[in-house]
Amino acid sequence: MIHDRDLVIVGAGPAGMAAAIAAHESGVKDILLLERDQYLGGILNQCIHTGFGIEYFKEILTGPEYADRFINQIRKIPEIEVSLKSFVVHLTKDKILTFIKPGIIEEVRAKAIIMATGCREKTREMIHIGGTRPAGIFSAGLAQKLINIEGLLPGKKVIVVGSGDIGLIMARRFVLEGAQVEAVVEIQSQTQGLLRNVVQCIEDFDIPIYFKHKISRIYGKDRVEKVGIVRVDDDFNEISGSGTEIECDTVLISAGLIPENELIEMAGVEIDKKRNTPASDELNKTSIPGLFVCGNSFKVYDIVDSVSRDSAKAGRLAAEYLKALK
Amino acid sequence: MDAYDIVVIGGGVVGVSIARELSRYKLRIALLEKEEELAFGVSKANSGIIHPGTQNPPHSLKGGLCVLGNRLTKKVCKMLGVEFKEVGELIVAFSEQEIERLISLKKEAEMLGVPRLEIVNSEWLRANEPNLSKDAVAALFAPTAGVVSPYRLVYALSENAVQNGVEIHTQTLVQDIVPLAAHGSNGKGRFEISTSKGIFKTEYLVNAAGLFADEIAKMAGIDDFKIRPRKGQEFLLDKKREHLTNHVIFPLPSKTSKGILIIKTSDGNPMIGPTAQDIDDKNDLSTSEDGLKEVFASAQKMIPSINRNDIIAYFAGLRPTAGDDFIIRHEEKVPGFVNVAGIQSPGLSSAAAIAIFVSELLKKNGLSMERKLIFHRSEPKHTHLFTLPLKRIKKLIKGDASYGDIVCRCEMVSAKEVRDAIKRGARTLDGIKFRTRAQAGRCHGSFCTTRLMKILGEETKKAATAITKRGPGSEIVKQDRNDTR
Repeated sequence: MIHDRDLVIVGAGPAGMAAAIAAHESGVKDILLLERDQYLGGILNQCIHTGFGIEYFKEILTGPEYADRFINQIRKIPEIEVSLKSFVVHLTKDKILTFIKPGIIEEVRAKAIIMATGCREKTREMIHIGGTRPAGIFSAGLAQKLINIEGLLPGKKVIVVGSGDIGLIMARRFVLEGAQVEAVVEIQSQTQGLLRNVVQCIEDFDIPIYFKHKISRIYGKDRVEKVGIVRVDDDFNEISGSGTEIECDTVLISAGLIPENELIEMAGVEIDKKRNTPASDELNKTSIPGLFVCGNSFKVYDIVDSVSRDSAKAGRLAAEYLKALK
Repeated sequence: MDAYDIVVIGGGVVGVSIARELSRYKLRIALLEKEEELAFGVSKANSGIIHPGTQNPPHSLKGGLCVLGNRLTKKVCKMLGVEFKEVGELIVAFSEQEIERLISLKKEAEMLGVPRLEIVNSEWLRANEPNLSKDAVAALFAPTAGVVSPYRLVYALSENAVQNGVEIHTQTLVQDIVPLAAHGSNGKGRFEISTSKGIFKTEYLVNAAGLFADEIAKMAGIDDFKIRPRKGQEFLLDKKREHLTNHVIFPLPSKTSKGILIIKTSDGNPMIGPTAQDIDDKNDLSTSEDGLKEVFASAQKMIPSINRNDIIAYFAGLRPTAGDDFIIRHEEKVPGFVNVAGIQSPGLSSAAAIAIFVSELLKKNGLSMERKLIFHRSEPKHTHLFTLPLKRIKKLIKGDASYGDIVCRCEMVSAKEVRDAIKRGARTLDGIKFRTRAQAGRCHGSFCTTRLMKILGEETKKAATAITKRGPGSEIVKQDRNDTR
């Protein structure tokens, strides 16, 4: 049996939650919010550092606190039905969406859909680091989840590849947990993260940061043993003779994010292949009317406050679209 | 302790195929593997192609075994519920001169008995392989080529072998072999094998130790061949590119390899590779930028639309070469000792035939082989959600709710599949990956690793700090901060 819904929102991180609340405020009365994890809030839950909410709430909050502001609002809105542990497996251009959760598989025909599916992290493979494939290579986000959610310390001598915000924040996190961060290695000539993170996470903790360097090779049979690091020129080519090696047991990859848009690609939305985002000139819109994308899956944002702001617009766009249908 | 009738050293596709074949008979069989799980050596890096038998010298041992193996592997897969996709292969020519070579390849392959070969022209190629370079002028089409998942084949074979009485000992490193024949065989076995897990005695000993077959042979007193690793780097593409090609695509072979291929895999992701580089270190599984460049350039020559951003994973494997052909023989100098060495490509394709060949070799050399009344055919087939239509998934979830509990989002693997894999023998995160594909997709385990660690810990009663990627030494985390003792 196929269920009809006005608005289905996929993903209940900051983007999906802001979109749901805004859509409701704009008059949408039937909203299904699907989240594949067992709680609302998405990646914010593992971001236990502060710095969230300065623009949106004019307050300094941690990730979970920031998420709670939205979660508490959603709980008070009966018209938003939340379905956790719900994993969308199929999406068509006619906005028919299939999701599964423990014990249940359900098909929904939505009048409008907002995708708020976030990003995945670039892997070691995507930035082509040669060498072996031992244990001890983590995306920065996985390391963050292991430490902050599971209470497990991935390693004790750490190299961070890339100076994006997650990498910088995780460098500090490892130091706070008593691990040694040997270096942050950045191929560009300046940091890719926010200035405040450079100061608060790297400079305050005396962590060495190498610009215009890259990891040339990972060594180690079962566990990471060391990495080769080398200087690069302006075209990112290795400068021969500049190589050195650093002993470590862990390599964190923090080399950028890739929007997760495989479902809308399945539905036939035009994709900007370079960015893996919807090919669109207008914020939150896609080539399929009534199918919106917001938050980090529309474009990669620096701070969550802007995600909340722009995703609320997606909620309002969906409400307008639904009104026009009637 | 009584002696075994047969001990097989090596838990790759060759050793496991031999052990399973021998389990048809009333024999006491043990298989020894040094790694924590089977297929963790040469087999895990196999590209999964079941070759038809082309590109082998006529009259070679490996050529004949490959042609027979191709037929047998299909049967074995059917019996064991392993998916075999008969996709066919094309060896592509880019000039008139190369067409001449296609004709001679065809002739050689036909001498070996490869069936249904055909030379197809450029029109055929445009119609059947639209992404192939427009410069391709003709191809040798071998419709009997297929693809399987190499590890799932090994696991299915081993489960079937265990069902039929084979004992499998993992983490059992052979340290020494003492032939006792000089003292006369008095039912206590002709060989005493010292291992990291104690002593095994056996009448017959089969050496299928892959890269280390020369070292095992030396322990038994045979020192006339050397295993030379030939490294192959492979690059796996996103599943979104599943339909990049309809066949496995080969260039014309070189002296040492079949060249850089566009490989269809049984799970859908296309793969490009492998390189072929002779090296010395049997543990060197590193990949390099040069390898990527070489593979990418060759692949792009055949399929111009391949994009570097499509690459989601890469790895290297080592082919255990010992000269040009396989070495499969009973050693007269050491009665009861059979070497199965130098099983490089087409080893996976030939394994089923090698198993029968070895079983006949043993019989010829005095092993008494009486068939069991009952040979168990197979375990129930494994379920993989990603291969099923939604209707079937619906039914599965109705029967067991945990099929609806998705653990790996990129490859759609449920908690139920993960638990089943562990029940069937997975002990490491790699073991789970090879069996289920969890962590094998585009995010590379970033999202599912913590959940997989928990499930593996629950099922095997292991602490988080004891969970490994592929055995001792490859623990995922260094410390449990919840543990404040």
